Amino acid sequence: MENGAKVIFRHTLSVLVDNEPGVLARVTSLISGRGFNIESLSVAETMDAKVSLITLITSGSPPIIEQIIKQLRKLINVIKVVDLTEDDYVEKQLVLVKVRAAGQGDRSELRSLCEIFKGKILDVSSKTYTMEFTGNEKKIRDILILLDEFGIEEQVSTGLTAMARTRMFKKERKSA
Amino acid sequence: MEGVEVVFGYPGATTIDIHHYLLDSPLRFVMTRHEQAAIHAAEGYARVTGRPGVALVTSGPGATNTVTGLAAANMDSIPVIVFCGQVSRMMIGNDAFQEVDIVGITRPITKHNYLVRDTESLARIVKEAFYVATTGRPGSVLVDLPKDVISGQAEFKYPGKIKLRAYQPHLEPHPKQVAKAAELILAAKKPVLYAGGGVIMSGASEPLLALAERLNIPVTNTLMGLGGFPGTHPLFLGMLGMHGLYQANRAVQECDLLIAVGARFDDRVTGRLDQFARQAKIIQIDVDPTSIHKRVTTDVPLVADARLALASVLELLGEAPDYDQAARREWLAAIEAWRAEGRIDYHHLFEPIQPQMVIETLYQKTRGRDAVITTEVGQHQMWTAQYYSFDRPRRFLSSGGLGVMGFGLPAAMGAQVADPEALVICVAGDGSILMNIQEMVTIVEEKLPVKTIILNNGCLGMVRQWQQLFYHQRYANTILGPGPDFVKLAEAFGAKGFRAVTPEEVGPVLERGLAADGPVVMEFIVCQQALVYPMVAAGREIGDMLPYVAEICGQD
Repeated sequence: MENGAKVIFRHTLSVLVDNEPGVLARVTSLISGRGFNIESLSVAETMDAKVSLITLITSGSPPIIEQIIKQLRKLINVIKVVDLTEDDYVEKQLVLVKVRAAGQGDRSELRSLCEIFKGKILDVSSKTYTMEFTGNEKKIRDILILLDEFGIEEQVSTGLTAMARTRMFKKERKSA
Repeated sequence: MEGVEVVFGYPGATTIDIHHYLLDSPLRFVMTRHEQAAIHAAEGYARVTGRPGVALVTSGPGATNTVTGLAAANMDSIPVIVFCGQVSRMMIGNDAFQEVDIVGITRPITKHNYLVRDTESLARIVKEAFYVATTGRPGSVLVDLPKDVISGQAEFKYPGKIKLRAYQPHLEPHPKQVAKAAELILAAKKPVLYAGGGVIMSGASEPLLALAERLNIPVTNTLMGLGGFPGTHPLFLGMLGMHGLYQANRAVQECDLLIAVGARFDDRVTGRLDQFARQAKIIQIDVDPTSIHKRVTTDVPLVADARLALASVLELLGEAPDYDQAARREWLAAIEAWRAEGRIDYHHLFEPIQPQMVIETLYQKTRGRDAVITTEVGQHQMWTAQYYSFDRPRRFLSSGGLGVMGFGLPAAMGAQVADPEALVICVAGDGSILMNIQEMVTIVEEKLPVKTIILNNGCLGMVRQWQQLFYHQRYANTILGPGPDFVKLAEAFGAKGFRAVTPEEVGPVLERGLAADGPVVMEFIVCQQALVYPMVAAGREIGDMLPYVAEICGQD
């Protein structure tokens, strides 16, 4: 990484697991059982139906993250663990927001916000708009701050999901 | 298929079908009187033989009673496979009679576990269970068997060799790391080998001895490692840690290179962590990558099987390695001085009997007989570790990581089943022996000549010791009542009972008890106030040992 020895506290881990009952429980109970916290979690089947991908976000000092990764690798059903934070990656999260939209002014402003942030209006009532946004964490946070001025009635969000970027140029491998 | 000869366990409604077939099978079924004991017995069997121990229990309470044994075996990295019954698949989730989610319950305390969902996958899962339990860092595995899966039919196809995509233990050491390790070893002036249970599990005693002798490196053992290096060897320092011997702890604190082999820097070993081996570079050999950088930062990590790793290091070092012999002589001389300085006189002729003296006498009376010694947990366990010298691996069986009171008697039973000719002795306290005393029935009925030694101090001695030293002598709930008459109790079970009350009786009672046929209980009424010394108080560095630094007493 360019910025050298800066300590990163938040880590996005991509965990490839056998798609079997109980595997998610193994992963989450391992992390909680050792006193670590999961901040975000998303799970889905991959193109190979026998394999699922868990994207989870957790925080800790470098030795703690090292320990979490090693403990995850030790689970019999865990095929691969990648710490995406080590390298460049893209992440996305989906959020649904029900916003108060009563007056004509608010309604048109919300529609333009929706356009700017490439969102969608999923449901319309006389008093509310239900909107969908996707984006990285920062974008979602910004949207929510803006929408909060209109009055958020309800909000749900998925966990973050993430993928490493394909390298455009061959970089030198970092020494172990 | 897996070479299993013995199964320990207890029958029940959901496993009837299996027992129905066991009757005609060459497998020996040893019926314990409590499921917990079955798992400890399987562990004892595994520790003595090096082969996996197997147990079979029923669903519900049968399954929940295995929890302690599964956790104990897993923490001490002993291969144990537990098969337990489960209600039929259509009943799972209905809170059926004797239903419990044992896979959920045991998930964090086993290496892995399985619920068998159909009869077709049963053979593969059994194969996997043995493979996972015995390879890499061994551990416990539970296989949950719904009743209708057991009674179902499927074509029997047992896989010859299996490979799991997500589980591939790393056994071969990395040559670069081996070279770095060899370099540090050659450069060290004051090295110490710190050898744990991994040495025993991987059969690394021979290369460990070779490495120690070739470079004159003193060796200390963890509780789990005892017997992995000859206890009577001049280079042996004794056990280290909270109740480690003076010279062992001092050597670790003063060394410039600590070579950890199959040991995981347990808190009972390190004491105050930031002061542990503070001047030393650390080489750590461990088959489990999670053991590395978990508690201490390692200079040279070697993720590998201990035997293979030590063999590679030895090969690189050659027959006559060039190291600083003058420095080594100085180092060994310092250790000999500590040995003399640390000697503890416990007044062994005083009345009442001093418990250490019983263990020392036991050692003298059984020396050369290659006895298997099991212990329960507490003061007697530490005295056995300190005062009995183990020259061979797989001869000292004690619950290290989990520290299970109630382990020793069933483990002795498993050891005796594994090795019917061996002299098997369980050293117990009057507290812990009662945790699985019902197994005297199994021992008698299976005609297992286990000798049990009870150091009866009328209290839960280890906790009482802490109360004496750190809790202002307030003996809350640690002083036991008169308790049972252990001699009569032994006789009631059908065993022989002997008792010693004075120091003069210790030798004769041991002689008579050890010479008697069949199961024997020997009770020694010992001094209640006796303390396990040395002792490192909680939060102290391991160089600060009682009684040598007396001012710690009563301060915490």
